[in-house]
Amino acid sequence: MILARVVGNIVATKKNQRYENARVMLCQQITPEGEETSYTVLALDAVDAGVGDTVLIVQEGWSASTTATGKAGAAIDSAIVGVVDRIDLLKSDR
Amino acid sequence: MQLARVIGTVVATIKNEALEGRKLLVVQTLDKDLQSIGKPMVAIDSVGAGVGELVFWCRGKEASFPFKREDIPTDCTIIGIVDSDAHVTR
Repeated sequence: MILARVVGNIVATKKNQRYENARVMLCQQITPEGEETSYTVLALDAVDAGVGDTVLIVQEGWSASTTATGKAGAAIDSAIVGVVDRIDLLKSDR
Repeated sequence: MQLARVIGTVVATIKNEALEGRKLLVVQTLDKDLQSIGKPMVAIDSVGAGVGELVFWCRGKEASFPFKREDIPTDCTIIGIVDSDAHVTR
């Protein structure tokens, strides 16, 4: 899973039929410290995440399809499976 | 899945027979500001996308799922067309 921040969503009328009723969220990967990386990814929302939330994104097809649509075997490679409350890191004094 | 702009088409006469009749498009992946990021890739189209359109694509094994029971060899498939650039809201 990767850590990301939800920065928006997209609207697509013409899309794969398994995406009906799904929210496609625009997410920016972040480091555990909260800094944005250059990797932008689209993920289906399975947990009612909102813009600004820090989220967990699973990038594996079976898990992403089942969590986001309830069934496996869809053209879905990323899904938001959790909203992160906090991240605690060891202090790096090295 | 990632956002991309369709920037061209590919014609290949000799190809895997499962790819017969499939549209091959060159896509440039974009970041959240719709700026190009990384190198362009070749994707198979499953929704009727055309050059210039803003689309999103799916990677990996799941890319072949829109063509179920046809065993299309692909690792990058266009699965949606974004209505317009303004429909990417931030």
